[in-house]
Amino acid sequence: MIPAAFEYHRPVDVTSAASLLRRLGDEARVLAGGHSLIPMMKLRMAAIEHLIDLQDIDALKGISIDGDTVTIGAMVTQAELIAHEGLAKVAPILREAALQIADPQVRYMGTLGGNVANGDPGNDMPGLMQALGAAFLLTGPDGAREVAARDFYEAAYMTAREEDEILTAVRFTAPPGGYAYEKQKRKIGDYATAAAAVLIGKEGGRVAHASVAMTNLSDTPVWSPAAAKALTGTDCGPEAIRAATEAALADIDPTEDNRGPVAFKRHVAGIIITRAIQRAWSRA
Amino acid sequence: MNDLSPSREERIANLKGLGCSRKRVEDVRFTQGKGNYVDDIKLPGMLQGDFVRSPYAHARVISVNKEAALALPGVIAVLTAEDLAPLNLHWMPTLAGDKQMVLADGKVLFQGQEVAFVVAEDRYIAADAVELVEVEYEELPVLTDPFAALESDVVLREDLEGQSAGAHGPRRHHNHIFLWEEGDKAATEQVLDSADVVAEEMIYYHRTHPCPLETCGAVASMDKVNGKLTLWGTFQAPHVVRTVASLLSGIEEHNIRVVSPDIGGGFGNKVGVYPGYVCSIVASIVTGRPVKWVEDRMENLMATAFARDYWMKGRIAATKEGKITGLWCHVTADHGAFDACADPTKFPAGFFHICTGSYDIPVAYVGVDGVYTNKAPGGVAYRCSFRVTEAAYFIERMVEVLAIELGMDAAELRRINFIRADQFPYHSALGWEYDSGDYHTAWDKALAAVDYAGLRREQAGRVEAFKRGETRKLLGIGLTHFTEIVGAGPVKNCDILGMGMFDSCEIRIHPTGSAIARLGTISQGQGHATTFAQILASEIGLPADSITIEEGDTDTAPYGLGTYGSRSTPVAGAAAAMVGRKIRAKAQMIAAWLLEVHEGDLDWDVDRFVVKGAPERFKTMKDIAYAAYNQAIPGLEPGLEAVSYYDPPNMTYPFGAYICVMEIDVDTGEHEIRQFYALDDCGTRINPMVIEGQVHGGLTEALAIAMGQEIAYDDIGNCKTATLMDFFIPTAWETPNYTTDFTETPSPHHPIGAKGVGESPNVGGVPAFSNAVHDAFRAFGLRHAHMPHDHWRIWKIANQLGLHG
Amino acid sequence: MTKMHIKLTVNGKAEELLAEPRELLIHVLRERLNLTGAHIGCETSHCGACTVEMNGKSVKSCTVFAAQANGAEITTIEGLGSPDALHVLQRSFREHHGLQCGFCTPGMITRAHRLLQENPAPTEDEVRFGMAGNLCRCTGYQNIVKSILAAASEINAAQEAAE
Ligand SMILES: Cc1cc2nc3c(=O)[nH]c(=O)nc-3n(C[C@H](O)[C@H](O)[C@H](O)COP(=O)(O)OP(=O)(O)OC[C@H]3O[C@@H](n4cnc5c(N)ncnc54)[C@H](O)[C@@H]3O)c2cc1C
Ligand code: FES
Ligand code: FES
Repeated sequence: MIPAAFEYHRPVDVTSAASLLRRLGDEARVLAGGHSLIPMMKLRMAAIEHLIDLQDIDALKGISIDGDTVTIGAMVTQAELIAHEGLAKVAPILREAALQIADPQVRYMGTLGGNVANGDPGNDMPGLMQALGAAFLLTGPDGAREVAARDFYEAAYMTAREEDEILTAVRFTAPPGGYAYEKQKRKIGDYATAAAAVLIGKEGGRVAHASVAMTNLSDTPVWSPAAAKALTGTDCGPEAIRAATEAALADIDPTEDNRGPVAFKRHVAGIIITRAIQRAWSRA
Repeated sequence: MNDLSPSREERIANLKGLGCSRKRVEDVRFTQGKGNYVDDIKLPGMLQGDFVRSPYAHARVISVNKEAALALPGVIAVLTAEDLAPLNLHWMPTLAGDKQMVLADGKVLFQGQEVAFVVAEDRYIAADAVELVEVEYEELPVLTDPFAALESDVVLREDLEGQSAGAHGPRRHHNHIFLWEEGDKAATEQVLDSADVVAEEMIYYHRTHPCPLETCGAVASMDKVNGKLTLWGTFQAPHVVRTVASLLSGIEEHNIRVVSPDIGGGFGNKVGVYPGYVCSIVASIVTGRPVKWVEDRMENLMATAFARDYWMKGRIAATKEGKITGLWCHVTADHGAFDACADPTKFPAGFFHICTGSYDIPVAYVGVDGVYTNKAPGGVAYRCSFRVTEAAYFIERMVEVLAIELGMDAAELRRINFIRADQFPYHSALGWEYDSGDYHTAWDKALAAVDYAGLRREQAGRVEAFKRGETRKLLGIGLTHFTEIVGAGPVKNCDILGMGMFDSCEIRIHPTGSAIARLGTISQGQGHATTFAQILASEIGLPADSITIEEGDTDTAPYGLGTYGSRSTPVAGAAAAMVGRKIRAKAQMIAAWLLEVHEGDLDWDVDRFVVKGAPERFKTMKDIAYAAYNQAIPGLEPGLEAVSYYDPPNMTYPFGAYICVMEIDVDTGEHEIRQFYALDDCGTRINPMVIEGQVHGGLTEALAIAMGQEIAYDDIGNCKTATLMDFFIPTAWETPNYTTDFTETPSPHHPIGAKGVGESPNVGGVPAFSNAVHDAFRAFGLRHAHMPHDHWRIWKIANQLGLHG
Repeated sequence: MTKMHIKLTVNGKAEELLAEPRELLIHVLRERLNLTGAHIGCETSHCGACTVEMNGKSVKSCTVFAAQANGAEITTIEGLGSPDALHVLQRSFREHHGLQCGFCTPGMITRAHRLLQENPAPTEDEVRFGMAGNLCRCTGYQNIVKSILAAASEINAAQEAAE
């Protein structure tokens, strides 16, 4: 399993990375942690002539928490997300989710930026980012823009990112209330059979606001406003949870793979969503 | 001698012999990364080989165009069947009496089959060149189902067309390989017809793969100057490889040196001969340079030897009280594209006829039909003796199904049918002579250890709670009592390619009382360097620490049939004991001369010969070794060396009782192993630490197989599970802690009573895990569901039983 | 393809070599620097046999390009302990039978080494979770876990004694 040859670039700032991307066109790709890209290259499923390694770009690193605004650089690794105490205080769901991604070695290398830019429906962070209502910060040769995570994913491996844009950071507002990231997988190192991110705010014993998103249950992550609506204003009792789960299931379109057929996945998705809601509510 | 001389206990301890948890000598190297595995070998001028493989499961090869590949700088050669044909190496014999294409000869028969072999300056260039070889295929209809294959007009093996008989007798269809039968069919069917109760079930043991952590590979180096071929590789049977290499290449055996360096796990995967070995040899002969070939994991899973894939139809008869009266079994065995099973020649279904298990069954019949399909060839003993895992799974499932049929407790049903201790040696209805056993004692110990009655009460409570809607988790209690059969020979019954399955040990005692011993086996992690030295230490009275063990080099090691089927301890271990006894016999003569007494006046005591009645007069083995080289002893040749070729009189029959307690989530299909108790009886225990380690490892492989590991194909023969993402190998996180225990019933015919243990935990583990899954759903009407029990298949059981509301 | 000039510090020693950017770190270590301790078990970043430490992280060196590693500090199994003075983990693996065929062992020990740096007194669950990127086909993990826990106690006891 040997990748085809390529030219290697290691720019030190975002602008030069973006202009390299423009100059080299669709023969070029950026390389973050490489733990989605390199396996693909080894199978020679991706023909890439130029790799632009982002590791020396300081502007893509670091986590900043300003009041309740959290900004995470694209090159922050999953291990760094897990280790960051400040982040664990304001948005503990990131640690909870990141711990369920891959294994320790992969988490040292894999980045948040790579995970959300990749566009693989199996990646866990995109669904979580949709639940959080995060914005993705993109910089191209012509400047910077923001795209909402909820608008970013078009189909498997197809995103709103232009080919010459670099995802520089992810920004979201720290979610108040309870949270849960539930994931079923066959073993450590496996992608989700079904996973769900749930955020719930509680006021006066009722659901004040909620957000529900799912991973690996369609060709993109799925954010379900209908599920949130079914919860909002309720006491999050069995009835409400059932309604929310049903609403969420109406939004997914899983496919059969080695993890099992569609009927199984839909059933497990329902269980996972229900459990995520219950746990998020218990923490709200 | 004097008061300071060590006590007898100290002297025994000093030997680190039998029964001692001696630390492994191998580990000092391994923990420092100083192992020497095949991919670590680097020779001057070495080239790298890589395969072009078929993307199709069944297709005609119209053309192979190597031009573009050959034009790539650094590419030395591209070999195809056409190039090998003049040497008659485009096909090779398999261990099962069939033949297999080395490189695609006109057509391909499974996905991943070797089509061309690229040889280049390094592995990067080789990989680039593989992409440049253009192969034109014409797709043919694909057969992945053995039952359909036996009905189909599609001829898979055109090379066999018109041959109505194969190596194992008549073929009744062009995709049929053999029918092999054992036992009394008519008598068995008569018993079934008149029985009180008959339970019938189709039990599928799915296709899986040994998947050792190190893949297969070889380095071939043909020295044209002296005409010598050296072949390093991942060989569980180096001498067999040398003989095959000689037969194939025409190079005489003394000019071939086969070396198995350290092996990163074998589990049966490294018994066979693969096209990569042959192509490396040819490439080295053609180029005059050393050639390395090491497959990657996908190639390993797609193309090298798989295991199992047995469809076992069973019928078991019993009285109303539960006494088993007969067993009938028919197997449809999917052997893939070529019959490359690694079984002793006379046993095309291995020792599957051990399938009466631990039970006293008066009459039985087994028939096995081997079938060709468009899947990878193989059928190896994945951490078990030949097809014994299949047999144990079959009988342990059939007994459970019978228990359901009878409405009986499965532990009690087993107990009333066990072969009793006083029945050994026991002749089974299918022709085996079980050497020794005490099943009732082991069983009672196991049931008591887990508080079986308490577990059943808890389970009943759980079922009630489930029905009341208070829990969504069920409790399964998986029982197994297995009997293994290991240690092939004897030579009169067992051979591979005509070579008798004996094994050997040669020892040379040095004048200062240290020694080197060489054996015909090869360790793949079992710790031979440690345990064989222990056997010898106890026999000859020299400390294990001063005995070096060498294996795996055909230039120095005595001929032996290698390591698989748990045969090292029963066969080579016996050879070690016997060679030790030869040494002791000569040592006794020397001691007698030194002490000026008759031989008969000496007693052997731990590490010395002592004059009867005069304990202060003795000679230690160390003294004797020195004398053997330095004193002229009348009537005796100098030196202290011996060799023993051991042909076992019988196989050994290790057994065990395993109990698995499992929690099952009815909604997600997930499971959790709450407890696993494993009692093994492997006869005399050489090194308890190593035994325990073998049990842990074998159980974890069993866990993988039972709970998710499979080689699966889609309808057009694509292998769906060729990476470690989909081919299930549990991590430390999914693996439970195991409790190990033992009873010790020595083998009466083995020189030290040892039986072998490496493979018992896989043989017994799979039914224990699987029975736990089944048992959890027994109260809801489940009889049988096929493995592997991954999440969705467990979910499916619950779903079909209506447990999802 | 053009080769790159690559500088690494491996086990404290400066190394320089010319390599194609696509060359995988595992091949650089094994084939150019002759450090064959780390092994290749899958090439698809699942098994951890190729684990080494790079800039203070455990990485699967089959999934790192030589070019990415340019400038990095790397520790391999060969950099832990020496034949005369085995590292505590190396001793502990032997003592508790934490290995059989030895193929996974260099990756296991290298990974365990980093784990104990980050969590000097792990629970059994933490060891199992922290070692989940490394597969073993022989041992069933039980004795690996035992070896790591014992090594941790030994290191901690030695440190307490020193304080
Ligand atoms: C064994 C294994 C198990 C895994 N299990 C999981 C899992 O359970 N859940 C999960 O979510 N992931 C899993 N992964 C994937 C892992 O988390 C990846 O690391 C992650 O998906 C990608 O991050 P990366 O930094 O490695 O990106 P890379 O592989 O470097 O890049 C991925 C893609 O994103 C692009 N890209 C990267 N960064 C940017 C950027 N800043 N701007 C624009 N484009 C960019 C690249 O060009 C590439 O196309 C697993 C990986 C492995 C090897
Ligand atoms: S070889 Fe690198 S993870 Fe398996
Ligand atoms: S010891 Fe063999 S793979 Fe771990």
